[in-house]
Amino acid sequence: MADCSGAQKTLRMIFGFLYGPSGAGRSLRSPGLPQWWRPAVAGLVVALLLALSFSPVLAVEPSEVLDDPVLEVRAREISKGLRCVVCQNQSIDDSNADLARDMRVLVRERLLAGDSNDQVTDYMVSRYGDFVLLNPPFKVATYALWFGPLLIIGLGLFVVVVFYRRRSSTSVAETTPAALSNEESRRLEDLMKDET
Amino acid sequence: MIAEAGHFALVLALFVAIVQAVVPMIGAHRGNAVWMAMDKPSAISQVLLVAFAFGCLTYSHVVSDFSVVNVVQNSHSLKPMLYKVAGVWGNHEGSLLLWVFILAAFGSAVALFGGNLPPTLRARVLGVQSLIAVGFYLFMLLTSNPFERVFPPALDGRDLNPLLQDPGLAFHPPFLYLGYVGFSMAFSFAIAALIEGRVDAAWARWVRPWTLAAWSFLTVGIALGSWWAYYELGWGGWWFWDPVENASFMPWLAGTALLHSAIVVEKRDTMKTWTIFLAILAFSMSLLGTFLVRSGVLTSVHAFATDPERGVFILLLLMIVIGGSLVLFAMRGPALRSTGVFKPISREGGLLLNNLVMSTGCAVVLLGTLYPLFLDAVGGTKVSVGPPFFNSVFIPLMVPMFMAMGFGPFLSWKRADIVQAALRLKIAFIVAALAVAAVIALAGEGPFLALVGLGLAAWLVTSTLVELAERVKLFREPLVASLGRLMRQPRASWGMTMAHLGMAIAIAGMAGAGGWKVESIQVMKPGDQVNVGGYDYTFVGARQGQGPNYTIIEGTFRVSKNGQDVVTLKAEKRNYPVRQMPTTEAAIHSLFSGDLYAVIGDPDGQDGGFVTRIYFNPLVAWMWAGSMLMVFGGVISISDRRYRIGAPARRNRKPAVAANP
Amino acid sequence: MNRLMYLLPLAIFLVIAGYFAKGLTLNPRDMPSMLIDQEVPPFDLKPIKGQVRGLSSEDLKGQVTLVNIFGSWCVACLAEHPMLMKIAEQKLVSIYGIDWREKNPDDGPNWLARRGDPYTLIGDDPQSKAAIAFGVTGAPETFFVDRRGFIRYKHVGPITPENWESTLWPIVQELRKL
Repeated sequence: MADCSGAQKTLRMIFGFLYGPSGAGRSLRSPGLPQWWRPAVAGLVVALLLALSFSPVLAVEPSEVLDDPVLEVRAREISKGLRCVVCQNQSIDDSNADLARDMRVLVRERLLAGDSNDQVTDYMVSRYGDFVLLNPPFKVATYALWFGPLLIIGLGLFVVVVFYRRRSSTSVAETTPAALSNEESRRLEDLMKDET
Repeated sequence: MIAEAGHFALVLALFVAIVQAVVPMIGAHRGNAVWMAMDKPSAISQVLLVAFAFGCLTYSHVVSDFSVVNVVQNSHSLKPMLYKVAGVWGNHEGSLLLWVFILAAFGSAVALFGGNLPPTLRARVLGVQSLIAVGFYLFMLLTSNPFERVFPPALDGRDLNPLLQDPGLAFHPPFLYLGYVGFSMAFSFAIAALIEGRVDAAWARWVRPWTLAAWSFLTVGIALGSWWAYYELGWGGWWFWDPVENASFMPWLAGTALLHSAIVVEKRDTMKTWTIFLAILAFSMSLLGTFLVRSGVLTSVHAFATDPERGVFILLLLMIVIGGSLVLFAMRGPALRSTGVFKPISREGGLLLNNLVMSTGCAVVLLGTLYPLFLDAVGGTKVSVGPPFFNSVFIPLMVPMFMAMGFGPFLSWKRADIVQAALRLKIAFIVAALAVAAVIALAGEGPFLALVGLGLAAWLVTSTLVELAERVKLFREPLVASLGRLMRQPRASWGMTMAHLGMAIAIAGMAGAGGWKVESIQVMKPGDQVNVGGYDYTFVGARQGQGPNYTIIEGTFRVSKNGQDVVTLKAEKRNYPVRQMPTTEAAIHSLFSGDLYAVIGDPDGQDGGFVTRIYFNPLVAWMWAGSMLMVFGGVISISDRRYRIGAPARRNRKPAVAANP
Repeated sequence: MNRLMYLLPLAIFLVIAGYFAKGLTLNPRDMPSMLIDQEVPPFDLKPIKGQVRGLSSEDLKGQVTLVNIFGSWCVACLAEHPMLMKIAEQKLVSIYGIDWREKNPDDGPNWLARRGDPYTLIGDDPQSKAAIAFGVTGAPETFFVDRRGFIRYKHVGPITPENWESTLWPIVQELRKL
């Protein structure tokens, strides 16, 4: 079963329904385990990742909040810019992952110890790299990212300018759009009369 | 046998699609009317077959047939019926089936209502549509078969991801797919036009209703998604610039550009190649989104279970569809001739500016989304591109466009006088300035960008209304005459007015929610009170309860303002035992000025205390109200009878309009 | 010139597709460590319950060592545990443990009592202090430290007999030569 050729395999996948409802050919491969174990495990992993990453449970807990409102505002600002490294697409401010919580606490401890905002983020970068910054830093590796938009709009403007240039140089006789058939234009006219 | 029947129908659909992709195309090439006429019966039988397959999968989910892998993995016997049905498309395989179903449905709509299309064009459009369908059928059958069986059958299912068990998210994917797949129509028309080498006003009129429909669906889908994030994630965020959100936003931007450039093709017979390019772009972006979500090249919180084999397959599909169409574009595009000329300051110029900004925006979002991948692929460092980048690049791009958006409708075709337009718009300048001043007086100084946003919103609302007033000659003619004109406005212009107003209202919502959100996080015991955004929230207490397939903790808050009761909010925290996952259901009460928003968290201490988060989100509901107005504008535009001229007659019941000679 | 403009979209698409093809072979969750060839970050952790000595960065100097991040809650740590026991029994290299984020102070000691303790010294890290200092994103992770106390290699995921033989043991031997 396992050594069938590519074409055979393809046919089997397309015409799987002809091989009976149990799909017995497949269950031979993993005796003892129901054959959905692999997708089930994959699904479980994804579910776990989701649970880790996007759990819509409260992120910042009351116990973490600093007494000094000025420092707390700074802490929130910093943590909004730091990526939760476990969940990959949320800031630590929005995440309830344990590591995100510990990072938030660390941010606050460093602020209490007198660090500036930059010192706090620099520390995180020294541990996790630029990856931890949701706002990518401006350096050689990200020139293309930061100058890219300018380049794109420049290209767009260039195309537009070329377009206008070409238009004015090829002195095409101005014509009204005449792609409708006579009959169609007549009907369109009727309608316009009717509606305006 | 139901699942096998569905599988069988899917295989038949594949073969029908192959026939439909080949025979009418050859027929159109050779001018063989009989071969071309194959398009209609094959398109209709294709949709019937896929509908049958979709029905089979839905049936398996509804009766909880746990011998089907897809049902085992995504359903549970206790799940409410709504989510048993929504579970059909709440997973990779099922959502693909929905995708091809919609694709086939659009194809059959062309077959049924496209009686007025030239036969060669119709044959080619349906052929291209079917070619895309072949790719997706193969993808499903070879890598993602939803009808796979399990032996022995499972006793019960693993339940649907609780985050998806929500009315907002149940209908979010179908609308999104209607949008994505809807752009395949514009794409197929564009490819057919490139093959024929002819793009004219009639072509633009055929394409526009389909594009409008796809755009409207996509707008609903995106709005539903952000609304869901807003109430489900429990902290009032509604847009995260996550790769998957971007994947839905890029086709929206390209589609918006396409809508506007198609007007120029229709009215002025120019910007043809550009419009063709946008039609290709809009659908390419939809396909790209599919690739990003399902291949695992980018991490996203929304990503489906990924599989490299699927990734390779989708990439091949992308290469064929996008690469192929761009090759055709490079070959045939230069041959398309335009006749209309115009000055930069003109209606066309304004629409071109819209196009420039929208497509630049699309490219910028694409760049930001893919940049981590680029850098990784060349062995550079790992970086994250998050909301700060997108906000700082995207917003400045949009500000001038919203300025121009007020002017656009005042400019005449070919050549316009901008000073004249500005004079007619002075009232809008004044209103915008007053609005900003009023906001500063009322809400105190806010973030600069939020103030700019509100100013722009006021500017746009006023200028759109002034334009409408001018169109009906308000105050320049007797009121009755103006009213008469108002009633006789063509539906397409109503659509434009509404969509622009909707955009303005949505901008106000974004600016308000972004600029003046108030947050309060605390532990509350029953009887405790906090004041958030001028409203007093009293925590009444929490009780435990049982839902159909989850347990709940429900916290009750009484909200009052100046001693007067406003509303009682009940916030829930649910726990789904099968997946061991909690969800929060925020309690939200929308007011004109903003949303009262309360969330209950974990118990804290022994004396009935709970962690609570309370927000005041100013104007946030405007965002969705504005989006719905935009969609409404789109729908009204579609219903404009003028698109039926030289375009498919939708109903023969209106003989005076379309079908009469 | 004109022709070139029409080819531009195709060219851009091909570049993107090329990156996608490359991207399919990469794992976006792979994170390179910032600490390679850096000195071990200074830390001083308390002992876990029932032990007298904790773990500090000073303990890692003088010989080649492994620093292993683990936790009783971590399934993959359970998977690599027999291999760590084998390394410890054969005295191939000394392994120092950082017991990361136990919900309950008894969990770690109980887990080790049931399965055996391969660690020379263990530090308790309930608040991720050392974990963040090491730039840890998950457990298990193992850092290879040379005798001067510099981190030379980081292994993410469980140590198995296969990867130990093929990659990790040679690295230890290489570090011993320095």
